[in-house]
Amino acid sequence: MFNFYLLSSVLLISLIFFFLGNNRAKNLVKLNQKNLHSLTHYYGVYSLLASLLPALGIFFIFTICDDLIFAELIKKHIPKEVVASKDYNFTIVLAQINNSVEGLIFGTPPQWVTNAAEIWISWIHKSQIITVIICISTALISGFLGYKKISGNFRSRNAVEKIVMSILAVSSVIAILTTIAIIFSVVFESIRFFALIPYDEFLFGTVWNPQFEGAERAGSGQEGLSQYGAIPLFAGTFLISIIALCVSVPVGLFSAIYLSEYATSKERAFFKPLLEILAGIPTVVYGFFAALTVAPFLRSSGSIFGLDVASESALAAGLVMGIMIIPFISSLSDDVINAVPQSLRDAGYGLGSTKNETVIKIVLPAALPGVVASIILAVSRAVGETMIVVMAAGLAANLTANPLDAVTTVTSQIVTILVGDQEFESAKTLSAFALALTLIIITLGMNFYALHVVKKYREQYE
Amino acid sequence: MNNKIITPLEASDKVKKSIAKRRAKDNRLKLYGRVAISLAVCFLLILFYSIFSKGYSGFFQYYVTLDINFDRERIDPKGDLSDNSLFDGEASKIVNESLFSIIQPQGRKAKKQAKKIVSSGKDVRIAKMVKNDPSLFGTTTKVKFALDDDIDSFLRGYIKRETPESERRISNKVIEYIDKLNEEGRISYEFSDYILSGSASGNPEMAGIKGAFIGSMLTLSVCLLIAFPLGVATAIYLEEVAKKNKITEFIEVNINNLAAVPSVVFGIMGLAIFISIFGMPRSIPLVGGMVLALMTLPTIIISSRAAIRAVPPSVRDAAYGVGASKLQVIFHHVIPLAMPGMLTGTIIGMAQALGETAPLLMIGMVAFIVDVPNSILDPGTVLPVQIFMWADFAERMFIQKTSAAIIVLLGFLISMNALAVYLRKRLERRW
Repeated sequence: MFNFYLLSSVLLISLIFFFLGNNRAKNLVKLNQKNLHSLTHYYGVYSLLASLLPALGIFFIFTICDDLIFAELIKKHIPKEVVASKDYNFTIVLAQINNSVEGLIFGTPPQWVTNAAEIWISWIHKSQIITVIICISTALISGFLGYKKISGNFRSRNAVEKIVMSILAVSSVIAILTTIAIIFSVVFESIRFFALIPYDEFLFGTVWNPQFEGAERAGSGQEGLSQYGAIPLFAGTFLISIIALCVSVPVGLFSAIYLSEYATSKERAFFKPLLEILAGIPTVVYGFFAALTVAPFLRSSGSIFGLDVASESALAAGLVMGIMIIPFISSLSDDVINAVPQSLRDAGYGLGSTKNETVIKIVLPAALPGVVASIILAVSRAVGETMIVVMAAGLAANLTANPLDAVTTVTSQIVTILVGDQEFESAKTLSAFALALTLIIITLGMNFYALHVVKKYREQYE
Repeated sequence: MNNKIITPLEASDKVKKSIAKRRAKDNRLKLYGRVAISLAVCFLLILFYSIFSKGYSGFFQYYVTLDINFDRERIDPKGDLSDNSLFDGEASKIVNESLFSIIQPQGRKAKKQAKKIVSSGKDVRIAKMVKNDPSLFGTTTKVKFALDDDIDSFLRGYIKRETPESERRISNKVIEYIDKLNEEGRISYEFSDYILSGSASGNPEMAGIKGAFIGSMLTLSVCLLIAFPLGVATAIYLEEVAKKNKITEFIEVNINNLAAVPSVVFGIMGLAIFISIFGMPRSIPLVGGMVLALMTLPTIIISSRAAIRAVPPSVRDAAYGVGASKLQVIFHHVIPLAMPGMLTGTIIGMAQALGETAPLLMIGMVAFIVDVPNSILDPGTVLPVQIFMWADFAERMFIQKTSAAIIVLLGFLISMNALAVYLRKRLERRW
């Protein structure tokens, strides 16, 4: 609420400056009997921006930084004997203090925690007062300076445009920042993971059995109880993707061929959006469908043939995922096939070939790079898909090629490890980041490869 | 292939002989195409059928009508209608007494079983009723109470009477009681007033989607407020302002890559950056919205750029010709003309965000939260995550509730997509 009131008052001040600037410009026009360089409202907008932007900047810096600074400062208020003790962990201590600040008190915290929390609260009050004073005064001063600048030969439109342009440029940097944030968050934690577990064990180990350190200790004192061999996860991901492709490639490809070559334009206009609905259904719905409809169906039909199908099987997850990625293949391939120039088809017909021969021998080879790219993109979608496998494929890290068994995938392990509370230091939590890193590398690699295929093998017809 | 030269007559003969075969091949390909499309459509229909057939009954549930004597002394001992006083009251006891007077259970064990017939939310219901209408005090009124989920499943036929008692979740005694209630016409099957107005609950008969729905709306509004301005600004910058150089190319590659990153990775980023480094609280719609905004940003940027590119250069030239500055051209001419396309892309992006689950699991929106969130800083959950959580619960009735929640979610998604299609059709201009 505090932030809301502060921001509204800053906004109010800058609006006042807008009217002041606008009026000043109007008066100048009246006084000099001559138009200014820019329209009067540009002078208003200039004063508004001059007062608003610096104040906002300072506000954001303050709100982001205060917790970080407090966390540094509070270290002084933690008693030495606590810091010196063996299982001292600053993150946990900080969480204790923060809970106490927010009034969430579990049991009776030690006296020093309560004291530190009181100090912290007093800092919050101080920083709020400081933020108010600095933000409001910045808004007033810089707004006034902007207002002062307004004169007969000040080109306010150019100034405003410069500011707006830079705002546009800054917002386009957000995309880069997001990428950096993703890489930063994943790579750093992965490095910490690989410091604990050698990367060859991770990449080539065949047993995946992560355990929290507490659990290890609680076990019979065995060392190396938890194992981080990711091969079963890769195998599970691979198996499910293959099953998904077995469903989606024939269905998607034949649909694309039919839609682009045989269908009337009415049929096309009806079926193409219909297929695209499949891509718009939330994955959690597919997961629910897989777990509650497809898996029991497979189980019961498997038992008719005497097959033992696990209640959470790779087959159920793969089939449903295949349904989900049909539109990725059908729509993209349809676009690519449509892009093959009509002259090629006409040439084929001119030589007396049937539609089938034209499609198989002329159109498809011409469209092949695009078709391959669409399949690769569909695979990368399947590899990164999470909810279906979490809900339908199970969590057992079996190293198996049997589609009737339960398998687990990279994404579902990430979710199971990271959902709920976790201690950030343990190898188990960190392993999720290493898995995420491999996931990013795989999906981005496929994406790049697909683009490369399209670029390299695309025939230039025109 | 033999190199023997054949006469035209022989050639045409050969062609004639093979033509039936070639035609058949052609028809076969056409058939495969038809089969493929009908398979895909079949999948879609089966999916919808399985959801809707389970889901529509999730909007209904069984109620029992009891005569409740609203005795102020007992319901509201302090007489001030405060939560405290109502909590101290004996509302549950009154309901039980009313129930017992009909089914007449004998002995403690029978009474204990009988108490469970009515859902445990009965006292809350009475408290709500008297708060809304204090004039109920002193009267005896018929009140409908939800039945326990096991009884509900029994009445729906999922728990069979023929099953031996030891394998059934409800005892013969309870079935006897229900038959008695049924004979008196006290049991009814009605539109559930919990599914739309209730919140997360461990009791399936009282669980509803209100909390998750409001959480979804809060998260989506944060997402929209961040992603739309940023996406449009980026698109304008890349299409209209920036010169084509290494930096803009780098930005473009970045955006395309972001579109290919699996959604769960965005959740990991949210966990590591927003929660771990910036110390934001878990489970709040603000963080969820920010993560989803970063996820939908590429969609919005890409479609906005396409929309801007579709505005013909002649419009820009005309504006420049009458002396407009670059910014005036962009803001007065290009953006208004490209707005329908941008809005379409944004709506599609929002639909994507509405259905997204995995990244929100990472940032803790999966917590069991009973209170309806009031602001973007209150812990909450969203519809897809609620669906995910309910799908994991063992009680039979949650399957129907989950399907009902899915129907609501799909309803929103379909209407959003329909709106996008409508906007595109309606506002699209052909130059």
